[in-house]
Amino acid sequence: MDSVKRYFKSDSFISLAASLICVAIGLLIGLLLLIIIDPSAFWDQGFKRILLGGFYMKPMGVGREIATTAPLIMTGLSVAFAFKTGLFNIGAAGQYTLGAFGAILAAIVFQWPWWLCLIVATVFGALWGAIPGIFKAYLNINEVITSIMFNWIGLYAVNTIMYGNGTSPMYDANKAKTWSLRSVYPDAIIPDFGLGKLFMNNSTTIAIFLAIIVAIVMYIIVNKTTFGYELKACGFNKNAAKYAGINEKKSIILSMTIAGALAGFGAGLYYLSGVAEWNPLASTSLPAMGFNGISVALLASSNPIGCIFSAFLISHITIGGSLMNANIFPVEIANIVTGVIIYLCAFTMLFKGKIVSFMTRKSKKAAEKESVLPASPEPVSENDGKESEK
Amino acid sequence: MLLLLKYTLISAIVLMLVALGGMFSERSGIINIALEGIMVMGALAGIIALNVLPSGTSSFVIITVSVLASAIVGGIYSALLGFASINLKADQTIGGTALNLLATAVAMVIVKNFNGSQSSKLNYNNSPFLFDIGGLSLNVFVVIGLVILVVSYIVLYKTKFGLRLMACGEHPQAADSVGINVYKMRWAGVIISGMLGGLGGFAYVVPAVKTWNFEVGVSGMGFLALAVMIFGQWKPHRIFFAAVFFAVFKSLANISDSTILANLGWSSNIYDMMPFIASMVILAFTSKKSRAPKAEGIPYDKGQR
Amino acid sequence: MAEAEYVIEMLNITKEFPGIKANDNITVRLKKGEIHALLGENGAGKSTLMSVLFGLYQPESGVIKKDGVEVKINNPNDATALHIGMVHQHFKLVEVFTVLDNIILGVEPNKMGFLQKQGARRKVLELSEKYGLKVDPDAYIENCTVGMQQRTEILKMLYRDNDILIFDEPTAVLTPQEITELMQIMKNLAAEGKSILFITHKLNEIMAVADRVTVLRKGKCIGTVNVKDTNKEELSRMMVGRDVQFEVEKCESHPGEVALKVEDLSVASKNGGKDAVRNVSFDVKKGEIVCIAGIDGNGQTELVYGLTGLERVKSGKIELCGKDITNDAIIKRNKSGMSHIPEDRHKHGLVLDFSLEENMVLERYWEPRFQKNGFIDFKTRREYSDKLIEQYDIRSGQGSITRARSMSGGNQQKAIVAREIDKNPELLIAVQPTRGLDVGAIEYIHKQLVAQRDEGKAVLLVSLELEEVMSVPDRILVMYEGEIVGEVDPKKITVEELGLYMAGAKRDKREEAAE
Repeated sequence: MDSVKRYFKSDSFISLAASLICVAIGLLIGLLLLIIIDPSAFWDQGFKRILLGGFYMKPMGVGREIATTAPLIMTGLSVAFAFKTGLFNIGAAGQYTLGAFGAILAAIVFQWPWWLCLIVATVFGALWGAIPGIFKAYLNINEVITSIMFNWIGLYAVNTIMYGNGTSPMYDANKAKTWSLRSVYPDAIIPDFGLGKLFMNNSTTIAIFLAIIVAIVMYIIVNKTTFGYELKACGFNKNAAKYAGINEKKSIILSMTIAGALAGFGAGLYYLSGVAEWNPLASTSLPAMGFNGISVALLASSNPIGCIFSAFLISHITIGGSLMNANIFPVEIANIVTGVIIYLCAFTMLFKGKIVSFMTRKSKKAAEKESVLPASPEPVSENDGKESEK
Repeated sequence: MLLLLKYTLISAIVLMLVALGGMFSERSGIINIALEGIMVMGALAGIIALNVLPSGTSSFVIITVSVLASAIVGGIYSALLGFASINLKADQTIGGTALNLLATAVAMVIVKNFNGSQSSKLNYNNSPFLFDIGGLSLNVFVVIGLVILVVSYIVLYKTKFGLRLMACGEHPQAADSVGINVYKMRWAGVIISGMLGGLGGFAYVVPAVKTWNFEVGVSGMGFLALAVMIFGQWKPHRIFFAAVFFAVFKSLANISDSTILANLGWSSNIYDMMPFIASMVILAFTSKKSRAPKAEGIPYDKGQR
Repeated sequence: MAEAEYVIEMLNITKEFPGIKANDNITVRLKKGEIHALLGENGAGKSTLMSVLFGLYQPESGVIKKDGVEVKINNPNDATALHIGMVHQHFKLVEVFTVLDNIILGVEPNKMGFLQKQGARRKVLELSEKYGLKVDPDAYIENCTVGMQQRTEILKMLYRDNDILIFDEPTAVLTPQEITELMQIMKNLAAEGKSILFITHKLNEIMAVADRVTVLRKGKCIGTVNVKDTNKEELSRMMVGRDVQFEVEKCESHPGEVALKVEDLSVASKNGGKDAVRNVSFDVKKGEIVCIAGIDGNGQTELVYGLTGLERVKSGKIELCGKDITNDAIIKRNKSGMSHIPEDRHKHGLVLDFSLEENMVLERYWEPRFQKNGFIDFKTRREYSDKLIEQYDIRSGQGSITRARSMSGGNQQKAIVAREIDKNPELLIAVQPTRGLDVGAIEYIHKQLVAQRDEGKAVLLVSLELEEVMSVPDRILVMYEGEIVGEVDPKKITVEELGLYMAGAKRDKREEAAE
């Protein structure tokens, strides 16, 4: 009984509650929009399908949902991992783009097997993540600015090379996309061990298990190892980390590199499962997978295991959105829902603070006033330690 | 050459307007990374205004109404940032990112609904905005932009409002201790930045083309404006020069097909990439001297002095 | 209406924060033209009380009267309207503004919003002349000395025609000579009819300048006395609640071999310009406490950064127990036997969002006993942390798993001291180790420093507090503008003489100092 009580007061419960509130409000706004657009069809053609997600089209839809969840877990992990070191990896989208490039390059040009392609995707993502890390560590330029710029640079560069004025070996001029790996280079496709049959959707591969394994590994690294301890120390207070003898420059670069690797790996999972091909002429904006990773990480309060569940949730909503009747409802409504969720997550700190103070008021009075202050969910701000005590 | 000048002017004015917007926000202490999204919303509002105004409306009315619409909607949209970051003390970068993502989605939903189809494109007539001087085609935003530049300079450095705004971005506790309402000043900064951002978005879309596909948003112009603002060191006059500098790179993409550059056979993607690379190079070289408002990004909490 | 005897009365003020009563039924009355000191330890509630008067906090109960009439002060604007002004302990000045802009901020003379600075400039110059407050109205604050910044703060109050002036710990950043000057300015102001509330925990200053003093202890009002009817001993008893030893108990030191040897050390300045530390040479022997004294900002911080590796040195040499560590990484210095109690415990000393146990191993998490193949050994860590908590009497809500953020300043500092001493260092560098602590904690930390010395360790103390400088060390080195300008024996020097060194008015020749 006591342990149950304690759980309801624990950080993790409060984070969970705050996340669920964000999701609920996001969905509510989506619902309102649907009602405004078409009050007669909003349920059957719209909201019901968002709620059901992939289950609206069993089993194929479920298979698709699983296939898109795998890369989403990875971009979520990418953002969450950087958060742990106090960095905001808004560059997951660019690292994902580079990862996609690496995977497709290795598959088509080098005709390597899927696991090697996956490694190439990871390395490409890692390189693109390392750049903002280096800028941050050695030039003290905010990683957000650098990441944004390199997102665009990466996108344009990848488009240029993949298209190559229509002559690139990766480009299938008939379909105006990169070659379909499944039909041309089946070795590069991640095996599915029968999952594809089960879900009647051949892009449902073991990618999801790979993603879950990586999430568990990340959880262990962050919470159980000295390396994770170093990264967290840098994230919470980089001055103290330096004082402790931790090389904070190295930590920043490593953290961004790993974050980039995770996003690149995610892109590999997506393209090597043959979910889609890259369209270099129509890709004028950055892949949404990267930005959805932000909401995944925020909803999970940067907990790697939590990322698995929040990725499923976001993917559920996105798939559901795409299953709405597009003649009535624009598919972007799902993007609005996730956008609202990120917006709300930006101040979950407030929700948490409210819940905490509500609970402490009920229980015994705290001995000191500081204990009531909301513990910041993520060390995104860098001013910690700069503030004078008062 | 005239073509280069034309596109440089268009881009320069846009970058300058939006960067000035960013400046007002950051001078008050709020990082406005949402400029990209604010531009989209401003452009959308302006274009819709153009479309709903009955044909035969005088040019002056068309310009006034659509420009005001873009600025006002930009201001309203930025209020979401103000609410989250000032009143709720949210993380400003995450809040801004959310608004960027939301803006494209919202614009698409509205455009599709407005069109009654699945098309995310809007057509409009931009002739009221254009005029020629000696063979160089100009647009009204050049005039508006230059006026706003001068006004911004005066407001920031010569008025009570400017002094207080800068105090809030540098040392909000000091401002508070002399009775300045920090929240109010930050709200003012954010709303002004939203209005300039919205106007900038409209100015980006209208003079150059007659159709806009909202799928592409404003293709990173808002982020480039942030780089312009940093390169301009949060000072109006320097922002102006920084904007012109970046605009040259930006406009190369516009003229690459129709000039000698076409002989190089580079894809337009390469030109699109250039301003972003330029911004990184410049930021790398100027980072040591860069001096942002001290309190930017830090939520102000009255209780914590 | 007859003129009230008191200009300000704060009657039965109670101000609570969650879980703590910062002010408990406190009454202070200020007479016109007097200097009224508010005495108390850190955390006694002085600043809270003044923030209530200045409108920054609203009290739960109690009334404030101005000239006998009850007033409500809801924000600093109300306070300004009542002509109440305050010099905050941490100056509230915008660094990139000029002195003049800082003075007029909030009450800008303007025509339709456009600034009109000419009149303001004239008024500032007049005031500056009248009270002897020398400032350059066009200088930027970031280029001003601390003294001029303080004068700017005072002018800010005078510019607003305030006649009730609050000084919150104004002397902490000044040299003894500057303090004397400030005391004179305060007397001038009082003579002109201004009434002054003077917050301090320094008894000497009260004896020198105040007319009356109200003593606070742990949020409660202990009493108000006339300064001429009391003495330091009585005041300190009122402040602390028991007899206080002014002297630190210690026996003669027996310096052994050299532990730390610094030769010609220079450290570059953060914002360009002259080096922050210039050609400094000294040594610290085992079994002695050496204190670096000086006014804040004369290179002490940078010197320590250079010694501890937080910043690269520009030139020179550092030896620890005969080993050259000049360019060693921080972790290597730790291994060589250096411990460091940092100046700012929130910036460097602790990761506030880590638990106490995580903080306890901050510099030794990599030791084989705390990890196996990169995996943290949680059990040993807990045992180690529990041991230190017990041994050094660190109080925290939940023991080892308490967030460092939720601990009191004194206990945070104790945790750092425990961690650093338990490393069993050859050299302990302690930078302002007692800053912001109450008397009990100060005594505790001084005892620990002396104990380290007596165990034969070398201790390098950096301090801004004159009393600490005079009582703790065996040797004093005075720093001024990045150089060591004097080496003196605390038993032989007077505070006044030390002040001359600190102000740069006097300096040794190095040859003499070596004798």
